[in-house]
Amino acid sequence: MADFMHHLLFGIYPYIALAVLAVGSVIRYDREPYSWRAGSSQLLRRKQLIVGSVLFHAGVLMIFAGHLVGLLTPIAIWDALGVSHGAKQLLAMSAGGVAGCMAIAGASLLIHRRFFDSRVRAASSFSDNLVILLLWTQLALGLSTIPVSAQHLDGHEMVKFMAWAQGIFTFRADAAASIRDVAVVFKLHLMLGLTILLIFPFTRLVHMLSMPVRYVWRSGYQVVRSRKLAAHHG
Amino acid sequence: MKVRAQMGKVLNLDKCIGCHTCSVTCKNVWTSREGLEYAWFNNVESKPGVGFPKDWENQKRWNGGWELRHGRLQPRMGGKWRLLAKIFANPDLPEIDDYYEPFTYDYAHLQQAGESKAFPTARPRSLISGQRMEKIEGGPNWEEILGGEFAKRSADYNFEGVQKEIYGEFENTFLMYLPRLCEHCLNPTCVAACPSGSIYKREEDGIVLIDQEKCRGWRMCVSGCPYKKIYFNWKSGKSEKCIFCYPRIEAGQPTVCSETCVGRIRYLGVMLYDADRIEEAASAENVEDLYQAQLDIFLDPHDPDVIRQARADGVPEAWLEAARHSPVWKMAMEWKVAFPLHPEYRTLPMVWYVPPLSPINAAASAGKISSHNGMPDVRSLRIPVRYLANLLTAGKEAPVIDALERMLAMRAYMRAKTVKGVIEEPIATGVGLSAAQIEEMYRIMAIANYEDRFVIPSGHREDAEDMYDERGGGGFSFGNGCSGGSSQTNLFGAPARKKLQTPSEVF
Repeated sequence: MADFMHHLLFGIYPYIALAVLAVGSVIRYDREPYSWRAGSSQLLRRKQLIVGSVLFHAGVLMIFAGHLVGLLTPIAIWDALGVSHGAKQLLAMSAGGVAGCMAIAGASLLIHRRFFDSRVRAASSFSDNLVILLLWTQLALGLSTIPVSAQHLDGHEMVKFMAWAQGIFTFRADAAASIRDVAVVFKLHLMLGLTILLIFPFTRLVHMLSMPVRYVWRSGYQVVRSRKLAAHHG
Repeated sequence: MKVRAQMGKVLNLDKCIGCHTCSVTCKNVWTSREGLEYAWFNNVESKPGVGFPKDWENQKRWNGGWELRHGRLQPRMGGKWRLLAKIFANPDLPEIDDYYEPFTYDYAHLQQAGESKAFPTARPRSLISGQRMEKIEGGPNWEEILGGEFAKRSADYNFEGVQKEIYGEFENTFLMYLPRLCEHCLNPTCVAACPSGSIYKREEDGIVLIDQEKCRGWRMCVSGCPYKKIYFNWKSGKSEKCIFCYPRIEAGQPTVCSETCVGRIRYLGVMLYDADRIEEAASAENVEDLYQAQLDIFLDPHDPDVIRQARADGVPEAWLEAARHSPVWKMAMEWKVAFPLHPEYRTLPMVWYVPPLSPINAAASAGKISSHNGMPDVRSLRIPVRYLANLLTAGKEAPVIDALERMLAMRAYMRAKTVKGVIEEPIATGVGLSAAQIEEMYRIMAIANYEDRFVIPSGHREDAEDMYDERGGGGFSFGNGCSGGSSQTNLFGAPARKKLQTPSEVF
């Protein structure tokens, strides 16, 4: 039974979460573009937002990049670069720790603001409240893996997670087995992370897919729309 | 030369009585919804005063509009990278208290209160949090009829270079109204600041709109607009702005604010301009030259070369005809009595203002100031010329003086004609106009008949859209069409109905 639960949570649930994430986001983008927004509440209350939001976003972006590169880069590439597993783990723990502290400090400010400021509270939806609480919890779980990792600095535990993540993305049926014996805090962190992916399309989190990088290479500043061009080219 | 047409507007402040009909009709039509209670696409403020939102003209604080940095035009908020760096928290964004916290009253309490010694009252309640508000601290025209102490109102940015203390005295004070709406600029900073590229200027009539489906609520436009005429809808999380009533304009009707203006102060007309010279005009070194620079890119609709090029650039014949009868052209270019609002923001705004005349000041009425042709020197009017120049010409006084003199001359000329029964041509020539021009000024500006105020060619949607695709459409709506449930697009195999052809983009 325990084996089945493990396989369900770490072998099958990832695919459910990723499928809902992808399909749900596409449907929402296509069907409900008016609902697709960052959902800023800065207009209602500036206090705590400037510091909170900048800390949170900067921290989370660093963590996101770290997880992406750290988990999905094949182990052979790290070996070829001459980065030892222990060194990689140390880097993950220190950089991730700093970014995690920034993010959780920011998230704490944002939570305080969201639940205790009358205006922001009144303007918040259930999903806004849920998302910030889940993210805070996820950050706390992520940070609490650091002391666990500190007990085995040779990087072999970390390699298990890399094998698992890469196994999921390469459709290996036995992916879940590679993290069968890791500490429970890691498992909680993974489960919650997958859940956040699952609810992603139904929340304001979709705004991260709209990161306006295209702005930088938009030529000039002005945008003019022409009906005539639409008629000719459309 | 690339000829484009712009639907322009002039507001004759000399006739504005501050009745707010424009604001109220606009609000009823466009912004009477949750999330936009505080937003006024059109508002009327009392001047001198800090306006709505508070202190909006102070760009040192809000960083709206453009600046020249090393001779190059860039948003005051910063270039693209600098602007993106503000995306998590925008330090230049006003808070709702800089506008006002929207409120309603507990009207039901008046009917439901139990018996008591005191009359029941309807106390205010916030429309955002729903909580009791002990005190209402702001509104869209909080300084109405010079309300509030002068010390606060005199923070008005337009007092720059004016000895303002005497205007705090009852005998010397002055009041004018300033109705404001989106300027539908030729060089809009809101468009430039939008990281999503959701704000665009329509090529055919120059109206600036926000694509509500593309807006992601990054709220840079709110800061970018120096007139603070983009409002963040706190409910939908998207920005909204004056749409120049484009569904009416396309049908050849005036905007709601113009249609309902009881003082007949609003004029709508086509202006042709050279789109290739926008950047050049907005980059004039000295801010005092920006007014003239903008005049220089307007194109004479009677000039055969302009007409030929306009046809080549696809401006419809009806629009060229309308441009030749445009009241905006007459006031801005022919008589030079209308001016852009704060040209120093370098946005090349397209809602222009005729400065108001005012009673002569106390010193002049005591006979200490000379008059000429029975007309007082415009420098002796109560509203300081410098104040108007700060508002309309980036501080350059000569054009404002000329305009005020022409308006005084129009009155003197018509007084001579109707009271004395004589045509006093010298009054007209003294201000550089002919008698015929003065009479036309009188017809357009004083009589202001409907057909003279609004010269609006209808839009040519048939050029751009297949009307068959639009059948059964709901027209203007938010979100997922009017239905809220039925599907226009279908991901799962059913034949998708062809979507409305939206205009393409030209960066």
